[in-house]
Amino acid sequence: MAAGAGRARRREAVMSTHIRKNAPAAAAGKPRLTTSAMIASIAAEGQRTKPAPFGHALVALARENERVLGMTADLGKYTDLHIFAQAFPERFHQMGMAEQLLFGAASGLASEGFMPFATTYAVFASRRAYDFIHQTIAEENRNVKIVCALPGLTSGYGPSHQAAEDLALFRAMPNMVVIDPCDAHEIEQVVPAMARHDGPAYMRLLRGQVPLVLDEYGYTFELGKAKLLRDGPDALVISSGLMTMRALEAADLLRKDKVEVAVLHVPTIKPLDEAAIVAAARKTGRPVIVAENHTVIGGLGEAVAATLLRAGVAPAAFHQIGLPDAFLDAGALPTLHDRYGISAEKVAGSIKAWSDGGAGGAA
Amino acid sequence: MPMSQLGHNIPIPERARNIRRNALRMGEVQGQGYIAQALGIADVLAVAYFHAMTYRPEEPEWEDRDRFLLSNGHYAIALYAALIEAGIIPDAEIETYGSDDSRLPMSGMASYTPGMEMSGGSLGLGLSIAVGKCLGLKRKGSDRRVYTLFSDGELDEGSVWEAIMSAGHFKLDNLIAVVDVNNQQADGPSTSVLGFEPLPQKLEAFGWFVRRVDGNDIAAVQAAFDAARAQAGSGRPSMIVADTLMGKGVPFLEAREKNHFIRVDAHEWQLALAALDEGKPS
Repeated sequence: MAAGAGRARRREAVMSTHIRKNAPAAAAGKPRLTTSAMIASIAAEGQRTKPAPFGHALVALARENERVLGMTADLGKYTDLHIFAQAFPERFHQMGMAEQLLFGAASGLASEGFMPFATTYAVFASRRAYDFIHQTIAEENRNVKIVCALPGLTSGYGPSHQAAEDLALFRAMPNMVVIDPCDAHEIEQVVPAMARHDGPAYMRLLRGQVPLVLDEYGYTFELGKAKLLRDGPDALVISSGLMTMRALEAADLLRKDKVEVAVLHVPTIKPLDEAAIVAAARKTGRPVIVAENHTVIGGLGEAVAATLLRAGVAPAAFHQIGLPDAFLDAGALPTLHDRYGISAEKVAGSIKAWSDGGAGGAA
Repeated sequence: MPMSQLGHNIPIPERARNIRRNALRMGEVQGQGYIAQALGIADVLAVAYFHAMTYRPEEPEWEDRDRFLLSNGHYAIALYAALIEAGIIPDAEIETYGSDDSRLPMSGMASYTPGMEMSGGSLGLGLSIAVGKCLGLKRKGSDRRVYTLFSDGELDEGSVWEAIMSAGHFKLDNLIAVVDVNNQQADGPSTSVLGFEPLPQKLEAFGWFVRRVDGNDIAAVQAAFDAARAQAGSGRPSMIVADTLMGKGVPFLEAREKNHFIRVDAHEWQLALAALDEGKPS
């Protein structure tokens, strides 16, 4: 125990040095923020939330559809699948900490007519089990739903648990539908929509106490459809996942500065709603800013850029808000979201700078 | 009696010889391929398709069939040869083997070929899929079995051991796996590339019923399949460790040292077929 405590202290010392070096403004006078590991909620203090929306939605779906199964690789509690396992213990398969087996067996169950929802963390599905998903699920076109927690930067645990490149990897996979929902309201609707789609699908999951935002916008999820949540002449933000939440918060902040921001929410990364993206970007005079909780390589940003180039649409400017091409730091999520420019305040700063024609540069 | 045998009185050794002939004829189309493996595993496939398994040739996706998963996709030439002998694929398609737009690609894929239940080729996938299918069959209350063939080289893959551990854990006594131990993989003898012996003891420690047999002794292979099928209700998955001789039945191919992927000269195909006919089915 003593040795363990010693290691922990040394880590803390390294961490604080690191923060001082990289982000001097965050250091002095503030309470020390601790590492946001796997169970941290991304909800801001005081934000409306709903508990385990995926788990409850899957239970509701399973009541309607007897083919629905739940499977996990030792991460049931951490993907909200425990809700399903409690409701339908006989329809739940615990596969152990074996992600290759999880997805291969999911393919086998799907080939026998079942509809498995297989859960793990996004890093393990996209990185460790990629070939198994590619060959046994996507190539064989099996009706497996892959639901993965900790997408992008939603853990402060370090690169082992930060799935910065999952969208790029799954976008590149033929047959795979890729969905990056924003909040609890949307996750509840994505679950039955995935079931209605006959084929493989990947959903990035926000788990635990999940923020509730889109219900206030009269929003309905439709697979393959982007939705304009608000309009404005000064900038167009095209976003997915939790970055839509951040874009909406930033838009509220900027309204006080008389900057009116449009937000186009693109929850389905593949197939991409190219028509809606082109139509929104065609409005002249406003910069296009793509915001995603993902590396700037190969995700929504580059997908939008290619879409616009193919359509011959040249917006006033094109910017990306996303994670850098780097192994991200460990630490507290608020610190890290600030550091990498994906907190609401940082997003607002970037939009403001870019909507002013670039004066002052990016925040 | 398995459905496939109704109305047939062709002895298993004759079936095995026909499978070898079909494989050689496909090999001739490409002039090369995984011929030696096909000749080596022909006896096992003959027992699987003409002794052990239940299926309907005219209805490859019949719900009450036994499933067969080919994990080592490069053995497709061998499985096609068996599927042709079983009447699931027409004999006339032999000449399309490995050609553009053929239903018989060099590596087996589920969407191309009737009777091909998975896309192999990326080695180490089959047993995981088999675990899922076994769970699915039990869930449906079906008493059908899942047979899966994989190669000794695949024992290098960690995923194979994930599946082996889970099949024991889930008590999948509807699973019958066959591992082809021909001791040859891409870079050399399997036992020296990455040793896996003592294999039966390892498998038994994982809760499996194991029979190790000479995979070219048809009577022994039949007995092993029968013993494995008798495991229904035991809670134990079965593994048949089949030691096979690559090139079996064609002496000049048996003698080749590097026979993982072989080229055969044009004039040699007829020699190979003739050699096959000379060696009377035992």
